[in-house]
Amino acid sequence: MKKLLSVLLVLILVFSMAACGSSGEEGAAEETGSDVIKVGWIGALTGDQAPWGTCESQALQMYIDQQNEAGGVLGKKLELVKYDTKGDANESVNAVKRLIANDKVCAILGPNASAAAIAIKGALNEGKVPDIATVATNPAITVNTDGSVNAFNFRVCFTDPYQGAVAGGYAADELGAKTAAVLYDVASDYSQGFTQFFVETFEAKGGKVVAQEGFKSGDTDFRPQLTKIKEADPDVILMPYFYKEVALSANQARDLGIDAILMGGDGWPSDTLFEMAGDAINGSYVVNHFDYNDPAASEVTAAYTEEYGTAPEINAYMVHDAFQVLIAAIEKAGSADSEAIAAALTQVEVAGVTGTIKLGEDTHDPVGKEAAIQQIVPSDSAADGYEYKFVMRYTPEN
Amino acid sequence: MFSWFYIEGILILVGVNLMVVLGLSLLTGFTGLFSFGHAGFMAIGAYVSAICTLHYHMPFLVAMVLGAVVAMIMSFLIGYFTLGLKGDYFCIATLGFGESVRLIFDNLDFFGGARGLSSIPMVTTFEMVLVICFLAVVAMVLLIHSRHGRNMIAIREEELASQAIGINVFRYKMISFAISAAYAAIGGALYAHYLGYLQPLMFQLTKSTELTIMVIFGGLGSIGGSVIGAFFLTFIPELFRAFASWRLVFYGAAVILVMITRPQGLMGGMELTDVAKWAKRKLSGGKGKKGKKNEPPVLQEEGESA
Repeated sequence: MKKLLSVLLVLILVFSMAACGSSGEEGAAEETGSDVIKVGWIGALTGDQAPWGTCESQALQMYIDQQNEAGGVLGKKLELVKYDTKGDANESVNAVKRLIANDKVCAILGPNASAAAIAIKGALNEGKVPDIATVATNPAITVNTDGSVNAFNFRVCFTDPYQGAVAGGYAADELGAKTAAVLYDVASDYSQGFTQFFVETFEAKGGKVVAQEGFKSGDTDFRPQLTKIKEADPDVILMPYFYKEVALSANQARDLGIDAILMGGDGWPSDTLFEMAGDAINGSYVVNHFDYNDPAASEVTAAYTEEYGTAPEINAYMVHDAFQVLIAAIEKAGSADSEAIAAALTQVEVAGVTGTIKLGEDTHDPVGKEAAIQQIVPSDSAADGYEYKFVMRYTPEN
Repeated sequence: MFSWFYIEGILILVGVNLMVVLGLSLLTGFTGLFSFGHAGFMAIGAYVSAICTLHYHMPFLVAMVLGAVVAMIMSFLIGYFTLGLKGDYFCIATLGFGESVRLIFDNLDFFGGARGLSSIPMVTTFEMVLVICFLAVVAMVLLIHSRHGRNMIAIREEELASQAIGINVFRYKMISFAISAAYAAIGGALYAHYLGYLQPLMFQLTKSTELTIMVIFGGLGSIGGSVIGAFFLTFIPELFRAFASWRLVFYGAAVILVMITRPQGLMGGMELTDVAKWAKRKLSGGKGKKGKKNEPPVLQEEGESA
């Protein structure tokens, strides 16, 4: 018994020493660090969102290395401090507090999950350090329910409502659809927001939503909902959820003899979608953040693939733009003071790989950022027989 | 070392976890009922209190108490139908309860749905958590040492025998379940007003499991153990934050190590007072042989009662 207790005590000692050790290093870096600008990153490196988080952090490291080789910013080198959040909200708050208080970063990039991005609001406001979210699309991140804007939260992606509005507007204006049906995931915030604004925009443009059917992520049989949709006979069916369910529901829809045009959002693109549902989604339209075939995007793809040996996820492009906005803001502010950077973030305009990015003062979201509409078409060159064809850039106001 | 701004946040989370773990400790450690649905009670406390402060502008403490009351009512409802179940069956029932609570919040727009509830006033302070946790520990210690607490322990040790000597087993299980739900709800309310944002995803099964691990890590049947469990398991992942993806390996390793070397948990069946007595005897016992002789049986005896 005593032996065990002493083993435990030794372990605890080792733990605390490890902690002291790491914080000691940080302290030393701080003293000599006047010629270094620290940038923080948070996101999921473990857990089910890890593939996106890992890609994002690797891509950011690559951009920072490139920037340093090119001379850094304001004559100073950049240093990345990254922390894992498991995709969890209170882990994110802890990580942000640590970045602000211990690492003294000038700004934070990420996270890619909406819940985490909303939860860190309080810590950012207390520490007065700006955060630029990458693919967190929940509107509440930057704008509160009462309409006031969060002073230190920014983002470079469009929001769920915007994506829904693009899909709704495109269906009515460009596809000339009169009736639409929506199949959506009731347990997903992404799917709910997308659906709500698709319906609002589509009906505002004179269309009629004839069926709205819900399911829960993890479901594999969509025939009951699809049968109802079939009876309503819509021109377009919106499927605002992720590729796995898209593949299942699209296949089942075609089996039931539904020939309506299918539409989806940025949850569709994935390595396995064509393989799982190629024929069923032939001719479907997808609302995406940008087009992969854009020359600017191809550059990023090539650089990332060369560095890490795998193709990047969408996060690599989004964090590229977030980083460019941050660099521009630091240069505009003329210092690495976080409050000055926060003020400068809405003053700069950057040509990123996902479009021109100008953050609005009253929303902190990118203003007038166009979405890319892509159509899934058969391809002779692609291995799985289909590819995304860029159709147009679209904003719902047009 | 670390700055207060950072440490304070973690300590608040320790307090939040401690509240739920204390409640779970009463149910699991002292009454012998395993629950995998306490994240559900936490969610009820969090959502009810958040709605009260957000929509009805009630003071936080009132909202917190309301959250606890609603959780208690829910626990009576659930308990009435499931506490008759024995052993594992009750555990499965609570598991189902936890998940269904989450799904209900997922689908009610009034509670923000899957998008979550934002703009909750962030009023939880460190001092408040400290005071509430202190009161909660004191209340729990008093309860355990009261006649009611001893009845619960009797049920844990031998249900049939305690029924035979006239303890109303069902009633005491119900009381234990309700108090434990109220503690979890208070933890949830503090959590909601610390984060300022709630999403049903935060209260998944993994959260319930994490809480149960804290109780078992600290040691069943020990309040001191629950405090230590909540403290360590909340802090360890933070200490290793700099190791990024490796830190959860340390968490797992620490839990496995404790389970192998001390299957009854760090403090299984012991209280801090027992440790203090033991240490005192050890110190004075270095001179007199008497103390040394007594030392192992005391530990052994207490250890087995877990």
